[in-house]
Amino acid sequence: MSNGYLLEGLRRLGSVAIFFLQLLVQCLPSLGRPRLLVKQIYNAGARSLIIIMLSGLFVGMVLGLQGYDLLRRFGSEEALGTAAALGLLRELAPVITALLFAGRAGTALTSEIGLMRATDQLTAMEIMAVDPLRYVAAPRFLGGVIAMPLLTAIFSVIGLYGAQLIGVQLMGVDRGVFWSQTQDSVALHDVNEGMVKSLVFGVACSLIAVHEGYHAEPTAEGVGLATTRTVVASSVLTLLLDYVLTAEFL
Amino acid sequence: MTSPAAAHPVTAAAAAETVVDVRDVHYAVGGREVFSGLDLRVRRGRITGIMGPSGTGKTTLLKLITAQVSPDRGSVVVFGHDLATESRGGIYALRRRMGMLFQNGALLTDMDVFENVAFPVREHTDLPEPLIEKLVLTKLQAVGLRGAADLMPEELSGGMARRVALARAIVMDPEVLLYDEPFVGLDPISLGVILRLIKQMNAALGITSIVVSHDVKELATIADESFLLSGGRIAASGTPEELRASSSPAVRQFMTGSADGPVQFHYPAPDYATQLFGPVQR
Repeated sequence: MSNGYLLEGLRRLGSVAIFFLQLLVQCLPSLGRPRLLVKQIYNAGARSLIIIMLSGLFVGMVLGLQGYDLLRRFGSEEALGTAAALGLLRELAPVITALLFAGRAGTALTSEIGLMRATDQLTAMEIMAVDPLRYVAAPRFLGGVIAMPLLTAIFSVIGLYGAQLIGVQLMGVDRGVFWSQTQDSVALHDVNEGMVKSLVFGVACSLIAVHEGYHAEPTAEGVGLATTRTVVASSVLTLLLDYVLTAEFL
Repeated sequence: MTSPAAAHPVTAAAAAETVVDVRDVHYAVGGREVFSGLDLRVRRGRITGIMGPSGTGKTTLLKLITAQVSPDRGSVVVFGHDLATESRGGIYALRRRMGMLFQNGALLTDMDVFENVAFPVREHTDLPEPLIEKLVLTKLQAVGLRGAADLMPEELSGGMARRVALARAIVMDPEVLLYDEPFVGLDPISLGVILRLIKQMNAALGITSIVVSHDVKELATIADESFLLSGGRIAASGTPEELRASSSPAVRQFMTGSADGPVQFHYPAPDYATQLFGPVQR
């Protein structure tokens, strides 16, 4: 890597870190404005529901098919519930939800804030003595952070239903065995692992999305580039953080 | 016509009358010098026009006055406060005494007209809702758009959006109103309405107005005093009549809209014939 790229990378990292601290300072006042916050949770969360539920269902169904095929080779089809539940709760649900979040809500956040910058709306707020960090950035960041664990939980539930649909309804695994195995093998720390991951991913993806939008060049090309950076950076960071967190939890 | 150099030193009485005092400001962007020793004083209760060809830093001057950017050298004093020594809170307190009309209106696109005008009131006061409603409707009535209160910004024409932005800019009763190219792209009716509104705001509310524009004719009809920006400093100042009577080539070229004069029509380029008939370079 040349020095130029290294310096640019470090500059960007520093910019994100400073922006994160500024956001944290503004988060407390944002909590006192529930209307703004609820609107952003709705935008980031409720509007992502369809894609999360559909994806969760298909991922669960694939997990049911692949899991059944694999476990049948060892004569352990009844462990399908365990495999699906642990796979979803600890790994697939938080990671895939974060990747989908980056693609749907993250890009929407970046382009919305970027366009607000390009059309002078953020400057107008500054001139009206209203801090755009407090009014625009912080509620959107918090909305994303709160929405991510909720979406992850929904992904897990729908995914498990999808796995059950294939394993039990199609492949003939005993329903009672499927659910009792799941209940026996899933502990609270498995659920916690998924929730902690989703919370960390929520912070990372929302921070990147809001930062890129806030600092986008105020042109059509600038907003487009910022949106692309949001997806790329969020996806890579999610997978990197996933490895670190998994290593920490195991 | 007054000489820019005569702006200093100021007397105590003149200082009290001065709302914005720009002193020897130097400012460069990306290595290009925008201002090199700019001096300018805006007096209370007057309509001050800032004129100049495109790219002479008219909008940048508004950014300096509103502390969006800081000068490399020199000082900008607003309401007697040197912006360079003010904290962020101090800057925000000063901005609450100003209003600004953006070229494109800069309305918040996720709110309707009413909420856009109510926005600064909700942010800065705890007024009860019935009072906010009366206040907003009064301001919308002043710009003739009380009936458009429920429209969204994308449903407004350019002229209407600018009038809504004007209502928003005056809703907190600012002492100074800054207009950034308020006449650009308006049809004759909207143009007449905006001109009349600027004059009315100044006369009825006693607001000091700073109007940045390159539309000489329109500005001349409302400005009490105008400054002509050229080469990073004030080339001339005075009433529209004084500017029109000026013998300075730069002032004459701008006032008459002539292509020939100190301001070159062509951007610096290599020899025309060489570039046309010489080897292909791109």
